[in-house]
Amino acid sequence: MTTPERSAADSAAAMKPDDPSPEDLWSGHSRLLACRELAIAVVLAFCAVVTVLTTLGILLVLSVQTVEFFMESKVGILEFLLGTELRPDATPPKFGILPLAWGTFAIAFGSSCIALPIGLLSAIYLSEYAPRRLRSVLKPALELLAGIPTIVYGYLALLLVTPVLKAIFEPLGIRVPQFNALSACIVVGVMIIPLVSSLSEDVLSAVPRGLREAAYALGATKFEVSTRVVLPAGLSGVVASFILAISRAVGETMAVVLAAGMLPQITLNPLESLETMTTYIVQVISGEASYGTAKYLSLFAVGLSLFVITLGLNIISGLVLRRYREVYQ
Amino acid sequence: MSETAAPRFRPHRMIRSLLGPIFGAACLLATLTGVIVLVVLLGSILYAALKGKPDNPWYAIGANLRELWGLVRTVALNRQSSDPAAAGYRVGIVGSLWLLGLVALLAIPVGVAAGVYLEEYAPQGRLRRIIQTNIANLAGVPSIVYGILGLALFVRAFGVKALALGPCLLAGALTLSLLILPIIVITTQEALRTVPGSLRQAALALGATRWQMVSGHVLPAALPGIMTGTILGLSRAIGETAPLLMVGAAGAIRKLPRGPLDRYTAVPVEIYNYAKEPDRMFQTISAGGIVILLILLLSMNAAAIMIRNRFQRFQ
Repeated sequence: MTTPERSAADSAAAMKPDDPSPEDLWSGHSRLLACRELAIAVVLAFCAVVTVLTTLGILLVLSVQTVEFFMESKVGILEFLLGTELRPDATPPKFGILPLAWGTFAIAFGSSCIALPIGLLSAIYLSEYAPRRLRSVLKPALELLAGIPTIVYGYLALLLVTPVLKAIFEPLGIRVPQFNALSACIVVGVMIIPLVSSLSEDVLSAVPRGLREAAYALGATKFEVSTRVVLPAGLSGVVASFILAISRAVGETMAVVLAAGMLPQITLNPLESLETMTTYIVQVISGEASYGTAKYLSLFAVGLSLFVITLGLNIISGLVLRRYREVYQ
Repeated sequence: MSETAAPRFRPHRMIRSLLGPIFGAACLLATLTGVIVLVVLLGSILYAALKGKPDNPWYAIGANLRELWGLVRTVALNRQSSDPAAAGYRVGIVGSLWLLGLVALLAIPVGVAAGVYLEEYAPQGRLRRIIQTNIANLAGVPSIVYGILGLALFVRAFGVKALALGPCLLAGALTLSLLILPIIVITTQEALRTVPGSLRQAALALGATRWQMVSGHVLPAALPGIMTGTILGLSRAIGETAPLLMVGAAGAIRKLPRGPLDRYTAVPVEIYNYAKEPDRMFQTISAGGIVILLILLLSMNAAAIMIRNRFQRFQ
């Protein structure tokens, strides 16, 4: 018996018992139901669009008010971007963003010096060295560290870090002010360690076992496997997590407000007080600058700069992750 | 043939056997830093909270716990004050709870709906890609920028008096909702992705519409994951200070808020106000506030972890 014959016979047998008349067949969903479906889809789509509207709102608010600032204060854009003096209360007021940019990057750099090595080493430990039991304790502890509000870190800087720095440096004859950049670097660094370690650890754990086993089979030690095989394989993710952490440090507000003070200056001494962009925004809003004055509007210009910097860093991080990712199948 | 030209294999056994453990120890040390910091942080806050009271040695745990409970109760009942003996967080606690409720009402439906749209409805294409990239970028925007947005959009409404909400609870809640929206959307999407496709196909094969499939089968299956993400998002909102400073929670407010249009303040903002005070007595008050805040946050996180562990079905 050939196949076509059998399938024809089978289908004939299937058709035999009862041939459904058209009214027995399901006619599909009613029109009311279809309308409801459409309405629900539209509502859901609108909720998704809200997120896009948020971005547009941020861009619109910041750029409109920044233009207003430049018109109100009669400061040129170049003067704003390259000015080394920030004295909004002087007459005539000076709005140079460089001291704020310096403060922001100094603290981002200092905190990265602490967080990036420690975060990376913890990621390597968690993904390569840690026994399973220890790992299941350490990972939630690090996640807990990430969930602590930033105001707590700021308080810790005042309560613990600055007094310790004073106890270390003042006997050496170095004056340590109550608000200093070093203590801000330390607390912000501690704050971003979990970010680096958890993102990097995800990437390192995703490196396939085969790569490690091949290296071990060639006689490599655990150290060599970790640093020469696993780390290069996950490098894109590690770099992306570094950039994200720096972006977090740039945008950090409360810890820096409480630790670094509000003195806009360009200095290389880590024990001096600094002012970051975020701190300046808080300073203006907590002061008595009234709505519509140049000082008040300068908040939006600084906010726009901050937004552009962090957005740029986030986009670069995403690009690094996508562009240089090694794909293993 | 001479073999001298080829580089000889040098195993360097000594160096290699030493380097490995040293590196391992360094890694362990780095990991422990995080844990040590956590312990030091909690310890120093508890120490600061207990300072200034009749001194017990640290090992008198019972007496210390009673003291701590006493401090927490006093600061939870007192209102904001410039006198450290009468200062507390009552208005802030009520404000924070109001914010928690309003943010949950505003952010959860919108965030979950956006996640459902992106995972279950949106056609693969440009619109979906744009929204997805946009959400990833929004998650990295500093919280103070959301504060600026809230200030200009909700508090002032670009100077349009009729629409401006002023520095009220609703404006703060809207700002915080926008802040945690990306977190909720991303975790909702992740939860929906763990639901097996066969569940969807089975529902559709039985004649369910797309919404019946989503609401009746996919969402219930993804609920634990969504709840975990939502609780984590809400705990982020409760701990935020900077955006609330921007939208006007900073003032000295002594009246309890009664509705969403009243002026308010929140626990982290009050902690900031007390921490700024030069008077050493306020350190104890700040520490008491932080203990309250951490108890709230840790219980929320613990709830999230318990839900995650309890309902891990499709992993």
